[in-house]
Amino acid sequence: MKITLKVWRQKNNSSKGEFKSYSMNDVSEDMSFLEVFDVLNEDLVRKGEEPVAFDHDCREGICGMCSMHINGRAHGPNTGTTTCQLHMRSFKDGDTITVEPWRANAFPIIKDLMVDRSAFDRIIQAGGFVSVNTGNAVDANAIPIPKDDADKAFDAAACIGCGACVATCKNASAMLFVSAKVSQLALLPQGQPERHRRVLNMVQVMDEEGFGNCTNTGACEVECPKGISLENIARMNRDFLIANIAD
Amino acid sequence: MTLDAKIPEGPLAEKWTKYKSSIPLVNPANKRHIEIIVVGSGLAGAAAGASLAEMGYKVKVFCFQDSPRRAHSIAAQGGINAAKNYANDGDSVHRLFYDTIKGGDYRSREANVHRLAEVSTSIIDQCVAQGVPFAREYGGLLDNRSFGGVQVSRTFYARGQTGQQLLLGAYSALSRQIGRKQAELYSRHEMLDLVIIDGKARGIIARNLVNGKLERFFGHAVILATGGYGNVFFLSTNAMGSNVTAAWRAYKKGAYFANPCFTQIHPTCIPVSGDHQSKLTLMSESLRNDGRIWVPKQKDDPRKPNQIPEDERDYYLERRYPAFGNLVPRDIASRAAKERCDAGYGVGKSKMAVYLDFSDAINRLGKSVIEARYGNLFEIYEKITGENPYETPMRIYPAVHYTMGGLWVDYNLMTTIPGLYAAGEANFSDHGANRLGASALMQGLADGYFVLPITVGDYLSKDIRTKSIPTDHPEFEKTEKEVRDRIEKLMSIQGSEPVDYYHKKLGKVMWDYCGMSRSEEGLKKAKKMVQEIREEFWKNVRIPGSSAEMNPELEKALRVADFIELGELMIDDAYSRNESCGGHFREEYQTEDGEALRDDNNYAYVAAWEFKGEGSEAQLHKEDLKFENIKLVQRSYK
Repeated sequence: MKITLKVWRQKNNSSKGEFKSYSMNDVSEDMSFLEVFDVLNEDLVRKGEEPVAFDHDCREGICGMCSMHINGRAHGPNTGTTTCQLHMRSFKDGDTITVEPWRANAFPIIKDLMVDRSAFDRIIQAGGFVSVNTGNAVDANAIPIPKDDADKAFDAAACIGCGACVATCKNASAMLFVSAKVSQLALLPQGQPERHRRVLNMVQVMDEEGFGNCTNTGACEVECPKGISLENIARMNRDFLIANIAD
Repeated sequence: MTLDAKIPEGPLAEKWTKYKSSIPLVNPANKRHIEIIVVGSGLAGAAAGASLAEMGYKVKVFCFQDSPRRAHSIAAQGGINAAKNYANDGDSVHRLFYDTIKGGDYRSREANVHRLAEVSTSIIDQCVAQGVPFAREYGGLLDNRSFGGVQVSRTFYARGQTGQQLLLGAYSALSRQIGRKQAELYSRHEMLDLVIIDGKARGIIARNLVNGKLERFFGHAVILATGGYGNVFFLSTNAMGSNVTAAWRAYKKGAYFANPCFTQIHPTCIPVSGDHQSKLTLMSESLRNDGRIWVPKQKDDPRKPNQIPEDERDYYLERRYPAFGNLVPRDIASRAAKERCDAGYGVGKSKMAVYLDFSDAINRLGKSVIEARYGNLFEIYEKITGENPYETPMRIYPAVHYTMGGLWVDYNLMTTIPGLYAAGEANFSDHGANRLGASALMQGLADGYFVLPITVGDYLSKDIRTKSIPTDHPEFEKTEKEVRDRIEKLMSIQGSEPVDYYHKKLGKVMWDYCGMSRSEEGLKKAKKMVQEIREEFWKNVRIPGSSAEMNPELEKALRVADFIELGELMIDDAYSRNESCGGHFREEYQTEDGEALRDDNNYAYVAAWEFKGEGSEAQLHKEDLKFENIKLVQRSYK
């Protein structure tokens, strides 16, 4: 296949960015999207130009590090797929593909397609845990949990923290991400003692970090590579309200 | 220096309990003044960082990724073992211990492995308490499944994403400590050297990957939880960034490197599809519970798999190993696949693949049951290959997955450098020559949650009078200069080939000569080839940009430079071990029917290599393995 990549290039956070086009002539449809960037980068290095910086690590769709906005969609055209799992068979010969970084005030650009998502870490640090020190635990089977609850908690816990929800939301809201962790722990007996303070603390930091509000467009759910459901946002809103009243 | 594993006295089953209760402690007031550096934020690193901070130590955690939650433990699919015996199938601590020693082909240390089996049950308790959503039965209790190399069901799992859930549990625990300011997080930081003061590990030099600055950090003790070195092969199931640099730098500063040639080739991975391939994807071993592995009986059979009738298929694992069938350990399953493909029975375009077939299981249990068990794995497979495994068998081939070798550690997990510890895949201690499935997660968390928090205290109890050492100490200056010189040297080469060119070249040599099968002649050849690659790399690599900014090519170059050196040591190690055991298969040493032939009289030792300076051969030290509780027998899964 022949393709043209239109890629956002930006030297660092304080410089101005711009699109640059690169034509590639020998792309196999079995290549992953990131492997196309590997090949492009090898060419750029040989030519003495700077390669495109992009985040990636596991390339199995689970670490959540890859983060490209492809043709206007977070992680590209396929649903339920991270950028690293996207293959060139999803594109056509002759396509021009536009690639941008995640765009959100809370995710400042570091270089080219790389952004700083440490705001997510700080939200988890505010309450995304059960306060149980190592060694404090009772026997695992002493806490029976109905299978349906455990499965629902798992569905929420499957979030990979990639930030596609923020990147795709017109308000750059982090509600899907935050509600996934809030829900996972709210659905389990282990999470009950801290249920109120958790949601209050996490939402507070979310707001401080500069994420926008949720206006229920549902775009986040559509673009989430792990299918995290909007139900989680509803659950978090409910918990937030109750926690505020109880306080 | 003679190797002292510091194994406590007493009967095996009582060693850890007695040792724990007699170990010197650090009182809470002193803990506040003691700083500990943890490099790596996977299961071992995050668990250790969280637990030590909970105890009151001041902890600094480093990872090269943008967040600790990205560490490659996250990609582990299948599960985690624990001797809970919830399945009532006769499991016990002793059985888990025995299976692990046997699975490791009798090349691991009894006392360490027994401790691992003992603490395995507490790991599950801890993770459940954190809210890890393990799979459950309708009664609300935890579900178990079986895994290769054992005959009990002791594996706990969270769909096909067990590593993710366990890592997020440990990450949450660590995040809680960061929120409390008990731990500090340095993400996008890569450790590039170890600082030693008066013979003790006292800090690290790390590069801030965002702005390229070299930074100095002091610690009373340093823990390396930096994972394995499978990426020496270029293609592996490791994450792209996984590397050996921290461990290798420690080796060059005096930590011995143990059993580097013990690498695990995982039997069920998606085969290579072309030259562009950047990494390989694992299909969890749990698939072998319900999938049957076969090749056509006829060479170069042109028919589609579904058109080949039952009696024209060779279920070679069931044929060769009736007792364990498709659930033989990984090394055996991998070699058997290689044997069939080399003999010309391979399938697919490249003929370097075998079938993993679910049609029997789907007929027996229904599609929905298989979907519930393996749905996400089937999806991954379809995304990568474009084929639907519910309808046509998967094609699989072995790929590099895990490295059993690593920094040599004693019973306390301390390396040969006082105050420097290694945990998880970064050490060598528990898996011998072959790791059993669902044991890596167990070991990472055992080291992090339950072993290091105790054993580090033993060392630190003698260090409570040491004040924090300012980082303008001459040793920090000197070490930072060494790192700076190395970086400048790399940047100044300005040759013509990118880093990956050399990495791929190295990987191919390692795979061809130090991979699934090794020979004296091949290893001799490979050593020369690796030396040539090294020379060429340092003459002709090209790194654009500057070192004073974000520069991913420089990051790769620093890692590959170390991989090349490690490659040579792996070859030396494989060459010196004149036997076949576990993942190390020397063609000269096999039984008549092609099974690995161990030599317990001469090779029942840990090979610990000491760096003797640039240009000199590494020196081999042997830690003899004493088996007091297990009788050594030739492993048989027939």
